[in-house]
Amino acid sequence: MEWFINVFIVLPLIGFLVSLIIPKRKENLLSRISFTTVGIQLFAAVGFISFWVFNNAKVINVKEFSIFKAKDYDFYVDFYFDRITATYLLLGAILTFIITIYSRYYLHREEGYKRFFNVILFFYLGFNIVIFSGNLETMFIGWEILGISSFMLIAFYRDRYLPVKNAVKVFSIYRIGDVGVILAMWLSHHLWHENISFYKLGNYELVHEHLANHSMIGFVISIMIFISAAAKSAQFPFCSWLPRAMEGPTPSSAIFYGSLSVHIGVFLMMRTYHFWEHQISFRIFVGSIGLITSLTATFSARVQATVKSQIAYSSIAQIGLIFIEIALGLETIALVHVAGNAFLRTYQLLVSPSVVSYKIREQFYNYIPRRKTIEDSWPKRLEYSLYIMSLKEWNLDTFMYKNLWNPLKRFGSKLSFLTFKNVFVLFAVVFISGIILAYNPKLVNPTWKFYLPLIYGLLGLVMVIKAFTERASVRLSWSLIITNHLSIALAISFNEHFDFSHHIWYLSGVLVSGIVGYLCIQRLRKLEKWVSLDQFYGHIQEHPKIALVFLIACLGVAGFPITPTFIGEDLIFSHVHENQVLLAAFIALSLIINGLAAIRIYARIFLGPASKNKIGAAKRSA
Amino acid sequence: MQKENNDFNVHRTLEELKHYLPAQAPLKDFIHHNTLHAFQQSTFFEGINEAHEIFGYKVLLSIDAYRKLFKEGKINEAVLDRIIEEKEFPLQIWKDKLIKQPFLEEEIPRIGLLRANWKSFYKIDLDSLVHPILFRIIGSYLDQGVSIWNFPTSEMGFLQSIKELERNSLVSFFKTKRVKDFLINENFSLESLLKIVVGDSNLYEQYIFDQQFAHPGWSGIISVIEENPTALIDSKKITLEELIIFELLLEIDALDDYFGTIWSPLGLKLETLPEQLFTPVQLKESSAVKQIWQEAFEWTYFDQVLKGLQYPTQIAEQAKKPTFQALFCIDDRECSIRRYIEHEDEACQTFGTAGFFNVEFYFQPENSNFYTKVCPAPVTPKYVIKEIENTSRAKTDFHFEKHAHGLLSGWILTHTLGFWSALRLFLAVFKPTLNAASVTSFRHMDKHSVLSIENMNGEVNESGLQIGFTIEEMANRVEGLLRSIGLITDFAPLIYVLGHGASSANNTHYAGYDCGACSGRPGSVNARVVSHMGNHPKVRQILKSRGLEIPVSTQFIGGMHDTSRDEMVYYDLKVLSDSNFKQHILNAKKFEAALISNAKERSRRFVLINSKKSALKIHKKVKLRTVSLFEPRPELNHATNALALVGRRNFSKNIFLDRRSFLNSFDYSTDMEGDFLLTILNAVAPVCGGINLEYYFSRVDNNKLGAGTKLPHNVMGLLGVANGIDGDLRTGLPSQMIEVHDPLRLLVVVEHFPSVVLKTIQRNPSTYEWFKNDWVKLAAVNPETKEIYVFSEEKFIPYFPVNKKLPEVSDVEKLIESTHDNLPVYILKDANYGMVH
Repeated sequence: MEWFINVFIVLPLIGFLVSLIIPKRKENLLSRISFTTVGIQLFAAVGFISFWVFNNAKVINVKEFSIFKAKDYDFYVDFYFDRITATYLLLGAILTFIITIYSRYYLHREEGYKRFFNVILFFYLGFNIVIFSGNLETMFIGWEILGISSFMLIAFYRDRYLPVKNAVKVFSIYRIGDVGVILAMWLSHHLWHENISFYKLGNYELVHEHLANHSMIGFVISIMIFISAAAKSAQFPFCSWLPRAMEGPTPSSAIFYGSLSVHIGVFLMMRTYHFWEHQISFRIFVGSIGLITSLTATFSARVQATVKSQIAYSSIAQIGLIFIEIALGLETIALVHVAGNAFLRTYQLLVSPSVVSYKIREQFYNYIPRRKTIEDSWPKRLEYSLYIMSLKEWNLDTFMYKNLWNPLKRFGSKLSFLTFKNVFVLFAVVFISGIILAYNPKLVNPTWKFYLPLIYGLLGLVMVIKAFTERASVRLSWSLIITNHLSIALAISFNEHFDFSHHIWYLSGVLVSGIVGYLCIQRLRKLEKWVSLDQFYGHIQEHPKIALVFLIACLGVAGFPITPTFIGEDLIFSHVHENQVLLAAFIALSLIINGLAAIRIYARIFLGPASKNKIGAAKRSA
Repeated sequence: MQKENNDFNVHRTLEELKHYLPAQAPLKDFIHHNTLHAFQQSTFFEGINEAHEIFGYKVLLSIDAYRKLFKEGKINEAVLDRIIEEKEFPLQIWKDKLIKQPFLEEEIPRIGLLRANWKSFYKIDLDSLVHPILFRIIGSYLDQGVSIWNFPTSEMGFLQSIKELERNSLVSFFKTKRVKDFLINENFSLESLLKIVVGDSNLYEQYIFDQQFAHPGWSGIISVIEENPTALIDSKKITLEELIIFELLLEIDALDDYFGTIWSPLGLKLETLPEQLFTPVQLKESSAVKQIWQEAFEWTYFDQVLKGLQYPTQIAEQAKKPTFQALFCIDDRECSIRRYIEHEDEACQTFGTAGFFNVEFYFQPENSNFYTKVCPAPVTPKYVIKEIENTSRAKTDFHFEKHAHGLLSGWILTHTLGFWSALRLFLAVFKPTLNAASVTSFRHMDKHSVLSIENMNGEVNESGLQIGFTIEEMANRVEGLLRSIGLITDFAPLIYVLGHGASSANNTHYAGYDCGACSGRPGSVNARVVSHMGNHPKVRQILKSRGLEIPVSTQFIGGMHDTSRDEMVYYDLKVLSDSNFKQHILNAKKFEAALISNAKERSRRFVLINSKKSALKIHKKVKLRTVSLFEPRPELNHATNALALVGRRNFSKNIFLDRRSFLNSFDYSTDMEGDFLLTILNAVAPVCGGINLEYYFSRVDNNKLGAGTKLPHNVMGLLGVANGIDGDLRTGLPSQMIEVHDPLRLLVVVEHFPSVVLKTIQRNPSTYEWFKNDWVKLAAVNPETKEIYVFSEEKFIPYFPVNKKLPEVSDVEKLIESTHDNLPVYILKDANYGMVH
C-alpha cells in the first residue's frame, strides 16, 4: 500500500511533462490532459483514502531514496501520509479538477492557454509534493515549485505592468518564507544531528528529550517555521500580498489565492505541530498573531471596495482563526475550517463578476441610503482612525518597503563605484587571496580564523545587495549574483574542513546556470543594442526562447530544485555552526536576495509592456 | 491666492479635459457610444490621426495585419487600385508602399512626455507612489455597495470628506505634514499646488492632461458623475477638479517624503520643453498607408453589399394578404431571425424599427424606488409606467452577502455553508442552471404583472412624471410608429411587436447586451406598452380619423426575443380573440422553428460548438451558454456589425447579410419630404454609429480603448472593472466581445432619391456631422433605377461597383456550416434552408 503514494506524485509530474510538449494551438488536448490527470488523481485519492480508512487509518511513512549522503548528513526524499495529508489531497484534487474543467472553456482563445495549464499542473505537482512530504527537505522541493508557479500565474498577463510588478512583490514575500524553511532545516540539523522526518517528530519522548536541552534552538526553529507559514498564508505582517496576487485569470486566483496555495502555511503548522506543541509560549505567540491577523483583516475586508480584495481579506481573517485553532490544538476543527474556507472562497471568486448584477438588482428594490454599521456608533476619532488604517491595510504593504527594501536600495546606491570591470578585478584579487588562505590554513592566525568566514559572508552579502539594486548593467547584476555564491562557498571553507565535493554540489548548478544566463544576456545585447534594468522591457514578446532559457538559468542560480545547487545550499548550511548566528544571517539574507535579484533581472528584461512601442500597449495603470 | 498667469484658465482646462476623457457611464448603464467622440468635429481620418499622435491610441490595424488580409483575399485588389487612383496617387509607387515597403511603427505619443521627466530628472516613480492610494481612496468614496463599512463622511463632497477624516483622526492618508496642513487649513488652490509641483504656468495644462491620462478610467468616471449625478444609485458629490487637487496633494506628499520639503518644481528643471499636446499633427506616411488599406478593407465589403442591393428582387410583391406582421428592433442581432421567420412563413411580413417602438418612458418595477429609462439615451421622457402585481421575487445568495465577510459569521459559514459552496461549484461546472449569478431579460418585468399604461385623470408621480399616457398621446405614438415603417395598409390579423433582451451569467457587462434603443434595457415593456396602445379602441378611433384604419379584427401582441437564448415570450395573450389566439398558436410554432435555426446560424461563430450538429441540439447548447459561469461569450452581441439598411424589406430581402446589418423599415413612397427619414437617421447615426465605432475602437486598440481580456477583471465598487485590485478602470469592450469583429465603419444605405436624402440629413446639424465627417459612411440607392450614390465631401457621387456578379447560394445551412469566419455577400437563390430540427 505504501508504494501507492508514489502515484500521487508521479501522476501530476507526468501530466505536467506531457502538457509541456503539446503544441500551443491544441487547446482541446491541453485541457484534456489537465483534467484527466487531476481526474485520475481524484479517483485514486478517493480509492486510496477509503482503503486507508478501512485499514484503521494508520500513519504511513516511506523513506524513498537518498539524494546525497555524507557523515551526519542525508538529504533524502521521504513521504508521509496521515489525515492532514488526506484532507489536503482530497481538497486539492476536487478543486483542481473543477477548476481545470472550468478553465477549459473560460480560457478559450486566450493567448496563454497552454502556459496556463502548464502552470496549473506544475503548481499541482508542487502542492502534492508538499502535502506528501515526510521531511522538511522534501517539502522544500514542493515549496519552491509553489513559489515559482505563483510567480508565473500572477504575471500571467506579462505584457502589462501591474501583474509583473505584483508578481515580483509576491515572490519577494515568498522568498522570506523560503528562507524560514532553510534556517529551520539548518537549525534542526544541529538539533537532531540528522535530517529529521516528520514521522519522528510524532515521537514525544524523542522531541522532548532534545528540546529539554536546547529549548532556545527549539523556539527559534518554531519561529522560522512560523515565518514561512505566515508568509505563505498571508498572516500578519504579510497580509497585503494576497489581494495583490489577484492579477491572473479569475479561476487561477480562485484556486491559488482563494484556496490551495494560501492554506499551505496552515498545512506547515499542522505538520510540525508535534514539534512545538509543548512550547506553550510559542503556542501563545501563534494564537496572538492569528488573532491580530483576523482582526486587522476583518476590518480591511469591511472597507474594501473591490470584490476580489474583499474576498482575499475575508479569507485571511478566517485563516487567522485557523491559526488560533491550531494553536489551541483543535486539529479536526482546523481541517474542517480549511476545507470550508477553501470551497467558499473559490466559489465566491468564481462568481465575483456577478456581484454587479446581483447587487444592482438588490439595490433597485431595497435601497437604503447610507446603511449604518456598528462603527457609526463609535467615537468619531476612533471610527475615522480605524477607517483610514483599514483602508491603508494597516500600512502593511509599505511596511516591507520601508523596513527592508528601501534600506537595501539606499545601501546599494552607495556602491555605485562598482562597475562590471572593476568588480571583476576586485573580485579576482579577493577571491584568489581567499583561496590561498583557505588552502593554507597555516597562514591564518586563529583570531582571523574566526573573522574570515564573516568577512567573506559579508562580502557576498554586499555583492548581492548591489546585484539587487543595480539599475543599469544587467551583466554586472548577473555576475554579482554568481560571485555572491562563490563568496559564500569561500566563507564556509574557512569554517571547517569538509569534502570538496560539497562545493561541487553547491557551485556546479550555480556556475552552469551562471554561464548559460550570461550567454543569454550577451545574445540579447547583440540583438537589442540596449538592455538595462531601469524599467520593464518586455523582451519576451520578441525573444520567447531566450526568455525561457534565461528563466531556467535564473532558477538555477536561485537554488531551485533543478540543479544540485538546491541540495548544495542546504549542505553548505550544515557547515555553519549553531553558534554562528551572524554568519547564518548573512548567508540567509544572501539567499533571499540573490533569488530575488535573479527574478528581478528576468522580470525587468523580459516581462512587462514592450518598451519599444508604446502604441498598442496597455497603460501602465491598467 | 493671486493669479500667476492669465494663460492658464482652470475652467477652460477642465472643460477641455472632460471633452477628451472617456465618457463611459457606470456598468449598470452601459451604453455604446463613439469612443473617440472628442474628435468627431474633424473628419474621421484626421480625427483618428490626432488621437493617435496626441494620445497614443492605435486607431487602425497594423500594416502587417492589412497585408495579411490582402494575402487572404479579404481585401480586394481592384478596390484597392481604385482607391489609390481616386486619390490621384501614382498607382504603382503607392501599391509598392502598401504591399512591400517596410515601415517602422515605433512611435511615442505626446501624452505623458512632460511627466516622464519625474523619472529622468528626479529618479522617482511618482505614479507608483501615488496611484495605489489614490485609486483606493476614490474607489472607496464612490463605492456603490461592495464595501460593508462605507466611506464615513461621503455626503459632504470629496475634498470636504477627506478633510473631515483628516481633521478627526489620529492617523493620516498622507505621509508628510505640509500637505495635511494645506488640506486642513484650506490655504491652497489648484493653481498654488501646480505652482509647487510644476512651477511654470505654461506647462500647467499639459501637466494636468498627462496626469489625468495616466488613469483615464477613474478620471473619466468622475467626469461622468460630476456631469450627471443621477448616474449613481448611491449618489456621490465629486468633481474632476477635486480629483486633480487631491492627486496633486498626494504627489507633493510623495515628493516631500522623498526629498524633504525643498525640491524644485518640475517645470524649472527642464532644459527643453516637450512638444505641446495640441499643436497641429502631421500625417506620417505609415499612417497614410494604413488609411488607404483601411478604406480598401471597408470598400471590399461595401462594394459587395451595394452590388447585392442592385440585384432585382426575385420575391414577388406580396399579392395575398399577409398572415401576420412582426415588428423587430433594428438591431443587427435581429437580422437573421427575420430571415428565418420569413422562411417559415412566406406570407408574413417583418419590419425593423428602433426597439423602444416610439414609446418613451421610465419604467418603475414593483417595489422599486427607482425608475429606469427605456428609450434612447438622448431622450428625456416625461412619462413613467409602473408595474404592479409582480409576484416574483429575486433569490438571495449568501455568497454575495456581507455575512460571508464577517469574522464570526464567516467562521460559522465556512464550517457549514462552505460545503454547500463545494456542491454549487460542482453543479456550476457539470450542470449549469439559472441562479442568482445569472442575468436574464425575462426578469426585467414580470410576465403576469399589470402596467399602468393609461393615464385617466392626469395622475403625476412624486417627481412630476406623468403616470401613463393619455389616449391622444397613445394615438400619436402608434401612428408615428406605423407610418415611419410604412405599415399603413394591409394589416394582418396579428401584429407582433417584439422587443429584445439578453441573458448571461457572471457577466459584468450585462447591460451592454440588451437593447441599445432602450438605454441598455430589454425592450419587453415597450413592446407590451405599444401593443396595449395599438389595441385600445379609443386609440383606433383617433387613428381612423387620421386616415389610418386598422381593422377591428387586427390585434397587436407584445413580446420579447432573448437574443442569447433564442427564446421568445409573448405578453397579454388573454386579450386575443379566439380566432387570433388559434392563429397565434400556429405562429408561435413557426417562431420556435425560426429561433432554433437562428441559434444554429449564430453557433457558427462559437468555435466550441460543432455547427454541423442538428439545430435542436445546438439550440440546447446555446441556451446552456447563457447560464454557464465559465462562459465569457454567452453571445457575441454586435460583433461584425458593418451596415445599416434603411428601406423596404424587399430592398434587401434576397441578399445574405450574415447578421451584419441593422435593418430599419422605411417606405420612401410614403415619405417624399423625408420627415420620417429624418427621425430614423437621427437615431441610426448616433445609436448604430455609436455601437459600430465602439466596436471599431475596442477592436483596433483593445488595450487602451477597449477593456482587454475580461478573465482577470475585478469589480470596482459596482462602477466598473479593473485588472487586479489597484488598477485603473477599464473602459470600452472586453476582448471577448470584439475578437471576431472586423473593424469597418458603418455604411448606412438609404433607399431613396439622393436629393431627398441630402436635404434630409442637412436638416439636423448633429446628425449631419456624422455623415459629413465620415464617421459613418452613407449611400443612397435610387428606388426606381437602383443607381447607387455614395456621400463624399458633402455630395452624393455615383458609384459603380467593382463586383460585377455576386455568388449565389441556395443552401444556407451548408453555407453557415462551412466556416467560422465572416462570409461574403451572397444572393439568396430559391433559398433552401433545409434545417432539420
